[in-house]
Amino acid sequence: MTSILELLVRLAVWLLLAPLLPGVINKVKAWVAGRRGPPVLQLYYDLARLWRKGVVVSTLASPGFIAGPAIAWVAVLAAALLLPLGPLGAALSFRGDVILLVYLLALARFCTAWAALETGSAFEGMGAAREVSYAVLAEAAVITAVLTLSMQSGSLVLSVMLTPSAGPGAVLLAVGLFTVLLAENCRVPFDDPNTHLELTMIHEVMVLDHSGPPLAAVLHGAAMKLLLFSILLVQAVLPVGELAPVTAAGTLIAAVLVVTVAVGMVESLLARAAFRRVPLLLTTAFLLCVFALLVAWKGGAA
Amino acid sequence: MSDLLNLLIGLAMGLNLVALGTSRLPSLIRVAAVQGMVLGTMPLVMEWDELRVLVLVVAAATVAMKGLVIPALLRRAMRTANIDRDLYPLIGFVPSLLLGAAGMIGAVGLARRLPLLPEHHESLLVAGALASVLTGLLLLIGRSKAISQVCGYLILENGIYLFGLLLIHSTPLLVEGGILLDLTVAVFVTGIIVDRIQRAFDSLDTRKLTVLRE
Amino acid sequence: MNELLLILVPLGAAGAAALWPHDRTRPWFLPAAGLVHALLALGLLLRPPTAPFLPWLGCDPLARAMLPAVSLLFLGCACYGVPYLRLRTERPNRVFVASFLAGLGLMSAAHMARHLGVLWIATEALTLSSVPLLHFNNTPRAFEATWKYLLVGGTGIAFSLLGSFCLGYASLYGGGAGDLTFTALVAQGTALSRPWVLIAWVLLLVGYGTKMGLAPMHAWKPDAYGEAPGIVGAMLAGGVTTVAFTAVLRVRAVVEAAGAGVVASRTLLVIGLFSTLVAALFLLSARDFKRMLAYSSVEHMGILSLGAALGGVGLWAAFFHVWNNSMTKGALFLTAGNLRRAAGGRTIDEVSGMSVITPRSAALFVAALFAVTACPPFGPFFSELLIVKTAFATRHGWAAAGFLFCLLLAFFGLTRVVFAIVYGRPHQAARDLDPRFRETLAVLAPPAGFLLLALGLGLATPEVLREAWTAAVRQLSSTP
Repeated sequence: MTSILELLVRLAVWLLLAPLLPGVINKVKAWVAGRRGPPVLQLYYDLARLWRKGVVVSTLASPGFIAGPAIAWVAVLAAALLLPLGPLGAALSFRGDVILLVYLLALARFCTAWAALETGSAFEGMGAAREVSYAVLAEAAVITAVLTLSMQSGSLVLSVMLTPSAGPGAVLLAVGLFTVLLAENCRVPFDDPNTHLELTMIHEVMVLDHSGPPLAAVLHGAAMKLLLFSILLVQAVLPVGELAPVTAAGTLIAAVLVVTVAVGMVESLLARAAFRRVPLLLTTAFLLCVFALLVAWKGGAA
Repeated sequence: MSDLLNLLIGLAMGLNLVALGTSRLPSLIRVAAVQGMVLGTMPLVMEWDELRVLVLVVAAATVAMKGLVIPALLRRAMRTANIDRDLYPLIGFVPSLLLGAAGMIGAVGLARRLPLLPEHHESLLVAGALASVLTGLLLLIGRSKAISQVCGYLILENGIYLFGLLLIHSTPLLVEGGILLDLTVAVFVTGIIVDRIQRAFDSLDTRKLTVLRE
Repeated sequence: MNELLLILVPLGAAGAAALWPHDRTRPWFLPAAGLVHALLALGLLLRPPTAPFLPWLGCDPLARAMLPAVSLLFLGCACYGVPYLRLRTERPNRVFVASFLAGLGLMSAAHMARHLGVLWIATEALTLSSVPLLHFNNTPRAFEATWKYLLVGGTGIAFSLLGSFCLGYASLYGGGAGDLTFTALVAQGTALSRPWVLIAWVLLLVGYGTKMGLAPMHAWKPDAYGEAPGIVGAMLAGGVTTVAFTAVLRVRAVVEAAGAGVVASRTLLVIGLFSTLVAALFLLSARDFKRMLAYSSVEHMGILSLGAALGGVGLWAAFFHVWNNSMTKGALFLTAGNLRRAAGGRTIDEVSGMSVITPRSAALFVAALFAVTACPPFGPFFSELLIVKTAFATRHGWAAAGFLFCLLLAFFGLTRVVFAIVYGRPHQAARDLDPRFRETLAVLAPPAGFLLLALGLGLATPEVLREAWTAAVRQLSSTP
C-alpha cells in the first residue's frame, strides 16, 4: 500500500510539477523585460491543447518519427524515477544506478535526434548534428561531475552519492553543474529556446516537425529533464537527504525555485553565445568539474 | 588567515583561465587589472597582525599601479590605435584553455613536491605563481596583438610577484620595489612603443612584424 | 669611493646631457665622461681596493677583471660618437646621449653588484636604458627590432627575477636570515636547499643567458644588432654581454658552493656548444653584414660559456676572451657602421667593392674579421687556443672537436660575407647613401685603436691583467 502511495507521489511530482518550471522561467524573463508575460501555468494549457490535436506525419517518415518522442519521454521519466527525492529516496536504487541515469538521458537524446533525421529535411539534420556535437562536450562535464560525487562519497549509488561536502569543491561543482544544466536543457547562452530563426536553432529545430501528442511528449519531456537536472544540482549542494520529510520537501521546492529563477535571470541577462564560442563554454564547464574532482581527490588524500 | 590567502590565490588562478579563454581585448585588460588588484591586497592579508605603514603604502601603490594606471594606459593605447577589439589567437582558445588548466594542475602537483618551509606548506602561493607564469607565457606566445602580449607579460609578472610573497618576511622591500620598478618602467616604455608601432604599421597586429628576417 | 664614482660620474653626465640645450655640443659629454670613467677603472685595476666598499656593492676581483674592458670600449665608442652624431644631425640626440651614458653607469653598477637583488635591478635598468638607443634610427624596421628586444628581453628579465626569488627561497629554507649578498649565499653552501638551487640555476641561466644572447634565447640579437647604430651595437655586444656573463658567473659560484657544480658546468658546456653551432650555421647563410655580426656575437658568447664550463684555466681563458671580444667587437661594429654609411646598403646583394670606395675602413674591416675569427697574432687566437687546450686536458675531447668544427664553419661564413662586400666591382645602393660621410681620422681612429689593443692583448698581455684574471678565478672557485 505504502509503496503504491509512494509511487503515486513520485509520479505526481515528476509528471505534474515539471511543467511549472518553464512557466516560472518565462515569467522571470517577462518581469526582467518589463512585461507581464504568459501565465505560469501556460505549459499545462499548451499540453492539454496539443493532446486534443491530430498528428501531421510526413509521408517519408517511418514509425520511428512517432516512436522517437515516445521512447524519449519514457526514458526521461525512468531516469527521473532513479533520482532520489531527498529523504524519500529513489524508486529504484542499486549500485551503478547513476550510470543508468546518464545512459537513459543519452537514449532520450538519441531518440529525439533519430526522429529529427526521419523527416529527411536538411534543417532538422543540421540541428541534430549541432546538438549531438555539443552533447559530447557536455557529457564530459556530466561524467566528471558524477566522478566527483562518487569520489567524495565513495560509492556509486545515487542516494549515497548525493551527500554533499562543503568547501571550494562544492562551489566549483555547483557552478559546473549549473552550466551543464543550461547546456543540456538548451538554454541561453548555449541555445535560445525562443528563437524563430531556423539557422540559429539547435534543439528547437529538431522538434520543428512534431505536432499534436508527440509534440506534447517532447515539451513535457523537456520540462521533466529540467526538473531532473535542477533536483540533481540542489541535492549535490544541499544536504536535503538528511532532513525530516516536511522540511526536506520545503527545502527542495524552494531550492528548485531558486535554480529556476536563476536560469530565468541568466536567460534575460546573457546573450546567446556565437556558435564558435559554445565549445569554449562547455570546456569551461568541464574544467570546473575537473577542478572540483581534483579538490575532492586531494581532500580525500590529505 | 591562510584560508583567505588561498581563496585569493584561487581567485587569481581562476582569472588566469578567464584570460586564456576570452576573445575580446577589453575583457583581457580587465582580467589583468582585477588580478593585479587581488594580488596587491595580499601583502596586507599576510602581514595583518603586524601591520606597518610601509606595507600599507606599498600595497596601495601596487593596487593603484596594477589595477588602475596600467590598464588605463593600455585602454588609451587601444583607443588611440583604433584597433579591432577581437583577439585572433595563434594558439586557439580551447587548446590554450586546456593547456592552462593542465598547467595549473601540474603546478599544484609540482608545488607539493618542492621542499617548503612549515608556514608555507598549506599555501597555494607556489602553485599560483607557477600557474600564472605559464598562463602569461601562453598569452605571450599564443596571441598576436601587441596589447594582448603586454597583458600576457603583466600576468607573468603577477606570477613572479606571487612567488616573491614567499620572501616577504625576510626581504620585504626589495621584492616589492623590484617588481614595481619592473612593471612600471616596462609598461610605460611598452606603451610608447605600442603607440609608435601603430603609427608605423597602422595596426597592432604583431603578425605584421615580419620584415626583418634572414 | 672610486667605486661610487664609477657609477655616479656617467649617471651624472647623463643627467647633465639631458639638460644641456645644444644638440651640436652635447656629444662631447660622451668622451669626457668616458675618459674620467676609464681613468677611474684603470686606477682600480692597478691599485685594487683591499676591502669591498659595501657588502652589496664593491669592486671585487671579478669586477676588477672585467670592468676596465667595458670602460675602454666605451671610451673608443665615445670618441667615435662625436663625429657620428655630427653626421646624424637630422635626429635630436638628447635621449641618445643620456641613455648611452646612463648605460655606462648601470653597467658599472651591475659589474660591481654583490647582492642578488642589486644585480637584477641594475641589469633590468640597463635593458630599459638601451631601448631608446635601439630605435634611434626611427624606421619601422627599428621598431620591429625594439619590440622583439623588449618582449624577449623582458621575458628574460622576468625569468631572472623568478630565479633570484628561488635562490632567495633556497637560502631561506636553508636557515638563512635573508641576506642575499653573494658572499653570504656562498657561505651558506650546502645548507641551501638543492631542488630550489637547481630551479634557480635554470631560471637565472635562461634569464641572464637571454641578455648574453646564448642560443636558443638569441632570437632578438640579429634584429637588434642589425637595426641599431654601430656604436650601440658595439656597446651591446661588448659591454652588456659582459655584464650578463658576470652575472652568470656569480650565480654559478653560489650553485657550485651548494654542491651542484657538476650540473652547472654541464649545462654551460651544452649551451656553449649549442650557441657556437647555431651561430656557425646561420653565419654560413648570412647575407646582411650587420646581422652577421650578431651571430658572431652569439658564437663568442658560446665560447665564453664553454670556457666558464671548463673551469680553472678555462675560466681564466674566458676572462682573457672577454677582453678580446670587447675590443674586436668594437672594431667590427664601428667599421661596419662606416661601411654601411658609405655604401648605403647592408646586404651582399647591394654592396660590393668597398675596398675602392672606402679603402681604409675596408682594410680595418678585413683586419677585424681576421681578429674575430681567431687568426694569430690577434688576441682571440690565444684565448681560444687556451680554451681548446684546457678542453683536451680535462678530457672533453669531443667538445673541443665540435668547437673547432664550429669555428671553422663560422670562419667560412664570415669570410664569405666580408670578402663579398670588400672586394669585387664597386657597387653601392644609392638609396640610403650618406653623402656627407668621409673617411676622416675621427671615424677611423677608434676602430684602429681597438684593433691595436686586440693585437697587444694577444702579443703582450699585460702582467697586471693576468694577475687580475687569476685573482678573479680564485674568487670564483673558492669553496669555504
